[in-house]
Amino acid sequence: MGQRKLFAHEIEERLDEILLLKLRQRSPRAVAMQLEAAPREHQESLLRWVGIAAQSANELGWLIASHGAAQAAELGDRLDDWVRAGLAAHDCEGIAAVPDALRRAAAAQRETALRPARGVAFGEIEGRLARFLQALDGRPLRLATAAQAWTDGETLWLPERLERAADANGNRRLYTVLAVQLWAQTRFGSFNVDPEPELSQWADREAALAWFALFEAMRLEARLAQELPGLARDIRLLRGPWPADLAAADDDLARPAATAADSLRWVAERRRVGAGGTPILAHLTGFDPLAARRLRAARIARDAATLRRALNILRANDPHARGGAGDDSHPPLAAEGDAVPADLLSGDIQALPPDAQAAAQSLAQDLDGMPPEILKPAGPGAWQPEERDAGETIVATVAGKPDAIYDEWDYRRAAWRRDWCQLYETEGPAGEDAWVDEVRRRHAHLIRSIRRRFEALRGEDKAERRQLDGEEIDLDAQVEARADRQSGSEPSPRLFVHRRRIERSLAVMFMVDMSGSTKGWVNDAERESLVLLCEAIEALGDRYAIYGFSGWTRTRCDIYHIKTFGERYDAATRRRIAGIEARDYTRMGVAVRHLSGLLQRQSTRHKLLVTLSDGRPDDHGDEYRGRYGIEDTRRALLEAREKGIRSYCVTIDRHGADYLPQLYGPAHYSVIDDARKLPQKIAEIYRKLTG
Amino acid sequence: MKPARDTAVAALSTPLARAGEEPYYHLVGDEAEVFAAAAQSRLPVMLKGPTGCGKTRFVEHMAWKLGRPLVTVACHDDLTTADLVGRYLIIGDETVWLDGPLTAAVRAGAICYLDEIVEARKDTTVVIHPLTDSRRALAVEKHGEYLAAHADFMLVVSYNPGYQSVLKEMKPSTRQRFVALDFDYPAPEVEARIVAHEGGVDVATAQRLVKLGGLTRKLRGAGLDEGAGTRLLVHAAQLIARGMAPVAACTAAIARPLADEPDTRAALDDLIAAVF
Repeated sequence: MGQRKLFAHEIEERLDEILLLKLRQRSPRAVAMQLEAAPREHQESLLRWVGIAAQSANELGWLIASHGAAQAAELGDRLDDWVRAGLAAHDCEGIAAVPDALRRAAAAQRETALRPARGVAFGEIEGRLARFLQALDGRPLRLATAAQAWTDGETLWLPERLERAADANGNRRLYTVLAVQLWAQTRFGSFNVDPEPELSQWADREAALAWFALFEAMRLEARLAQELPGLARDIRLLRGPWPADLAAADDDLARPAATAADSLRWVAERRRVGAGGTPILAHLTGFDPLAARRLRAARIARDAATLRRALNILRANDPHARGGAGDDSHPPLAAEGDAVPADLLSGDIQALPPDAQAAAQSLAQDLDGMPPEILKPAGPGAWQPEERDAGETIVATVAGKPDAIYDEWDYRRAAWRRDWCQLYETEGPAGEDAWVDEVRRRHAHLIRSIRRRFEALRGEDKAERRQLDGEEIDLDAQVEARADRQSGSEPSPRLFVHRRRIERSLAVMFMVDMSGSTKGWVNDAERESLVLLCEAIEALGDRYAIYGFSGWTRTRCDIYHIKTFGERYDAATRRRIAGIEARDYTRMGVAVRHLSGLLQRQSTRHKLLVTLSDGRPDDHGDEYRGRYGIEDTRRALLEAREKGIRSYCVTIDRHGADYLPQLYGPAHYSVIDDARKLPQKIAEIYRKLTG
Repeated sequence: MKPARDTAVAALSTPLARAGEEPYYHLVGDEAEVFAAAAQSRLPVMLKGPTGCGKTRFVEHMAWKLGRPLVTVACHDDLTTADLVGRYLIIGDETVWLDGPLTAAVRAGAICYLDEIVEARKDTTVVIHPLTDSRRALAVEKHGEYLAAHADFMLVVSYNPGYQSVLKEMKPSTRQRFVALDFDYPAPEVEARIVAHEGGVDVATAQRLVKLGGLTRKLRGAGLDEGAGTRLLVHAAQLIARGMAPVAACTAAIARPLADEPDTRAALDDLIAAVF
């Protein structure tokens, strides 16, 4: 590529081509003029991003182009992060939020450029913090940014940027301290008590809330100190000593048995003695128990319903079940206090399906135990998969005969539904050549290093000993021959080591999720990962195939072939990779059955089915959503295993940890927390998997 | 010539001494009974479990308890049949047959422990097949010997199901010959006692190490392939007992061995700082 700058009219043409502006009667003139001044690499980089954005929505492409051109000079090398901020806003909040997000990102970057060393941005520590919190909680927690650190009990909101401490290290520690306190609020029951009766007695509600927040921080700090003394020390350093008149409260709230109700008692005490303002403390987080309680109530209702339904089935299937169905109206949930400890019920809980187990765990955390009434059956009636719209019977109809028909496993009947899924296999649509070339160019460095690493892997020749001829002398064999001669027996003539390239004898099937939910980032990440994978596997010489799957009810299960085992990784294959797009739903079981059938015909010794996906099995409008889909997929994977096929799943679903072990087994999946990292990680996963 | 040969052979032979002192092992369930029963019934045993949870120590303990010598072989992918069974050596001008560790154990009635059996070459695992069924014999082809196992001979293998490589799983034809015992990390109180005992630290320090270990295990599948095993915790404890600061000891003995990826390393550093 020549390094000459693009002229305005050239930029105009390119934008036209990407955004079809003529059709929209919009002129790219002004944008092109602005961009003309930028260096060529910035021009190309922005045009590339416009193309990527336009894949999600044309208007988004236009926004990136117009805002980006105006700021190209200023953004320079930070353009990538700036665009990503805009695309993320589009994914989460829609097109209307994009201009604002872009402006905010630009302003934030301007600030960063001015004050580089001290502050720490949320993006820099997100990965580290997410892992840290997962280690504490055992489950992945949702993290997001907001103006102030606070939690509603479901998401931990943290500031976009922290600059309060004197250096970057201090700000990182502050992030950790804030996040852990928020986690502690949800974990140790800050929202289990209704503060309203107390708050309503204050003239100044804000002051009351501030005191409540302070006493809770006191109590939680003591809780944390038991398990994480190092972190409690950090908190202590941040806050300095408590004012002398709060010492009694500190002592009281440090009791292991102290609860949020005790904190409220101290708020009341403050009211009696006539409290002034709270002391200003650097480590305090925002605190909104009312918002958190609203969400908590909704969550409890949802979890309780899930759990009751599951228990219903459990007892319906168990002839010796206690009690029985009959009482249609279950009593309202008790608020606090009368819960039985969760572990009393562990026997019951363990028999439950995974989603109900998760609900039970969440309930136990919300209620500090499990109120007995939840475990009463909800009344007669079978398990209803969640929120099934009544009367929804849309069935996609298609012309032509299906290519294959598969049974599907219905776990409720513990039986097959015969000839249930109709499968159509078609060639994947062709995308643009340019896209793959662009990915290969962009990742040129990564591809080079992957190839080097993988070629080295293939190059690990096996030394075959005791050969009739070879490159080296086999010393052991020589010694033995000598020994044989000495002892009078005939020495073996096999005295050489031959280095032979090792035959891996492995066939891999990649099953790519093309459901609608992959639209945007995930789809891009999948396609880019496939390009990198192909490069890697070509270097290794394994046999591999790529198929996409999607579907719209059982009568329309689509399999798109991207690359069969026989096909080469050529231009046509590359076009089909580029053409992978987000389509409908994820009826996974039938895809597993079909593709493991294809894989089974390979004569290699090892066969591996790798799923690239962004979430759990799901389909439109019927019972496939929820446990049915998971059970069917599990069954399909078991069948595959019986055929000698191993399965592995790479997913971008952060909340996949609850069902993936069930589907694939404990060590047979990877969760990537950020789709953008998938291309970087996929080759490494593959190497580990087959090394 | 003779004495020189004898010293050479003695130096190369598989040592078959019985353990003098009781190797420390904390029983968690009925594993000792199952093992002892299998030993009496002359059945081979397979120990399954994550890295560093006490499989090897358990075998040492049981060998001591049963009063049998123990021969341990760490398997690797270049382990040949001759490495297990034995080979001829030339010493001076003589040819001398030297039993490999497996043959030595079969002959003497020892427990032969093949650690991480999946790492061994596939053809190697086949020589153990006749030892694991009613034949209980070893064909020493080179030596022209069909060796019936001593009544006290016992084969024990270990195997870590957490491996992700599809090429490194045990074939059913091999696995179905064993009595299997599942191993896992011990319960926190028990593990703390083990760490305190083995690492030479006080119980409070051991409890913190165990807490840290538990936290890292929750990162399995989210940055780590496996959390810190008891062995790593003991290593950290030993460093602390030598006077190292706990944070430095944990970083060196736990965080660094576990992870290379920057985010995960940073998260582990944060965890260490939070626990100590």
